[in-house]
Amino acid sequence: MLSLAPADIEAILLSLKVAITATVISLPLGFATAWLMVFRSFRGKVLLEVLVNLPLTLPPVVIGYFLLLLLGRNGWAGKFLDAWGIHLVFTWKAAVIASATVGFPLLVRSIRLGMESIDRQLMQASRSLGAHWFDTLMTVVLPLSVKGILAGSSLMFARSLGEFGATIIVAGNIPGLTQTIPLAIYDYASSPSSTMMALSLCIVSVAISVSVLFMHEMLGRNLERKESL
Amino acid sequence: MKLRIDVVKTQGNFTLQTTAAVEGRRIGIFGQSGCGKSTLVHLISGLLQPDRGEIMLDDLTLFSSEKHISLPPEQRRIAIVFQQAMLFPHLGVKANLLYGYKRCAHAERRITPEAIIKVLQLEPLLNRGVNRLSGGEKQRVALGRAVLSNPRLLLMDEPLSALDDALRFQIIPYLKSVSAEFGIPYLFISHSVLEMQLMTDRILVMQDGKITEETSADQLARKRMAGSQTGYINLLTLRNPILENGLYSYPWGTGNLLISDGQQEKSSLFELTSRDIILFKQHPEAISARNLLKCTVRELFRSDGRVGVVLSVNNDTLIAEIVRSAAEELDITEGSTLFAAIKASSFKRLN
Repeated sequence: MLSLAPADIEAILLSLKVAITATVISLPLGFATAWLMVFRSFRGKVLLEVLVNLPLTLPPVVIGYFLLLLLGRNGWAGKFLDAWGIHLVFTWKAAVIASATVGFPLLVRSIRLGMESIDRQLMQASRSLGAHWFDTLMTVVLPLSVKGILAGSSLMFARSLGEFGATIIVAGNIPGLTQTIPLAIYDYASSPSSTMMALSLCIVSVAISVSVLFMHEMLGRNLERKESL
Repeated sequence: MKLRIDVVKTQGNFTLQTTAAVEGRRIGIFGQSGCGKSTLVHLISGLLQPDRGEIMLDDLTLFSSEKHISLPPEQRRIAIVFQQAMLFPHLGVKANLLYGYKRCAHAERRITPEAIIKVLQLEPLLNRGVNRLSGGEKQRVALGRAVLSNPRLLLMDEPLSALDDALRFQIIPYLKSVSAEFGIPYLFISHSVLEMQLMTDRILVMQDGKITEETSADQLARKRMAGSQTGYINLLTLRNPILENGLYSYPWGTGNLLISDGQQEKSSLFELTSRDIILFKQHPEAISARNLLKCTVRELFRSDGRVGVVLSVNNDTLIAEIVRSAAEELDITEGSTLFAAIKASSFKRLN
């Protein structure tokens, strides 16, 4: 039987909130970055590629530490935000930033794959039919990248749900405030009497992940069916 | 339509450097693959920018490095029909058709969707997804979409290359009729002499990134007669046939042409290669070919080692191709009379 304490429910809801927010705020930036990488030539493109993919190769704890340095009261961004009365470190928003940073390369990679499969002549046709480049982006590139966007969002959402290393450094592990499912499981795992509680959260975690994958699969099939009409 | 091009564009190892001025409604750009035809299309449409130079369409400057003018593609109103139809796969036929129309300023909307649907016979296709169209149907929709954007100029970039022969000759009348009906000038790009003969009046010949000559479709076909696998293609539009002993008899010249591949339509287009016409100095006693025409030599022209003989019967003409030694042996001169034998099966119906 599932055994969930009120704090666990809060952790589940917080995890969902963090993962959804991180995915939603990363989508426009991920789409723009993928577009830049696929369709634009500019100096420093290689540098951008390295920067975007860096979180894939760095340990999440290192990312978390860099974020802490950046967003902390003495950090470059932290000072700026502090002046506006915004404090991010050790709040759920910091968990969102940590998740977004770690999941961003996965999102961009998937959208890129989708964009690379678009025939350039479709975009040329659109431009020659009177569409401004942004119009072409919205009416041709975006709809034809939907599969990549969907795959990227699912990956990013799943990665955010599992995010631990960067989150614990930059957001802490405060029950009811910044404690997400992995952090709560980590807490339970340190105490031998809480095996059932840890297992219950693991089951919830599996259920959420399976649902995400299932939804992704269903949406993908739906798109394919529409295309064949 | 007046088009003036004086541009330089380098891409990797390839440099397009050309100067040309051409005027007309049905202009062809002819050249083999890799000669720069598609680059030229991209430069005219604004999808590529020249390194330097000027492109003028009528009185409008599309590009001028000197005046720092470079109109973006959407402001040029030059629509392209590509080799592949390039229909937007996420949109239906109707939405594809209206894509350019919706983006065209109200004042410029001369051609309406209803008119184009009628001319291109698109009504039965309107509610279909684009993935459920045949190759020819897709190209018709692509043509309709381009024309509905009410362009100043239509660029047809090898629009028939991806189609088989049967479809190609189904599409050609549509290409011709939309341009004629709606008065849109076009640039027709192709490496096929036959397509040039069917679609264009004036032709710019391209070679190695340069426009090397301006000519007519007929002159181009004559010049390439010897080098071409098919010789010179005589195109004959014949009407009102009578079926006689399994052959179609079409009125032509002062008599009739007997053709096996005819049909009971009022009008059909046939091709006859210059190599399928055999010439006799005197009337042969008996031959198996069903057509024996008494002709007058109107003109002789050279094409590499061959001689083209322009034969006329009344006001109709045919071009036959013979080797130079045969011309000398038969002592053919302008004004002389010859007999031309053509098998009934040598005529190939194109539509």
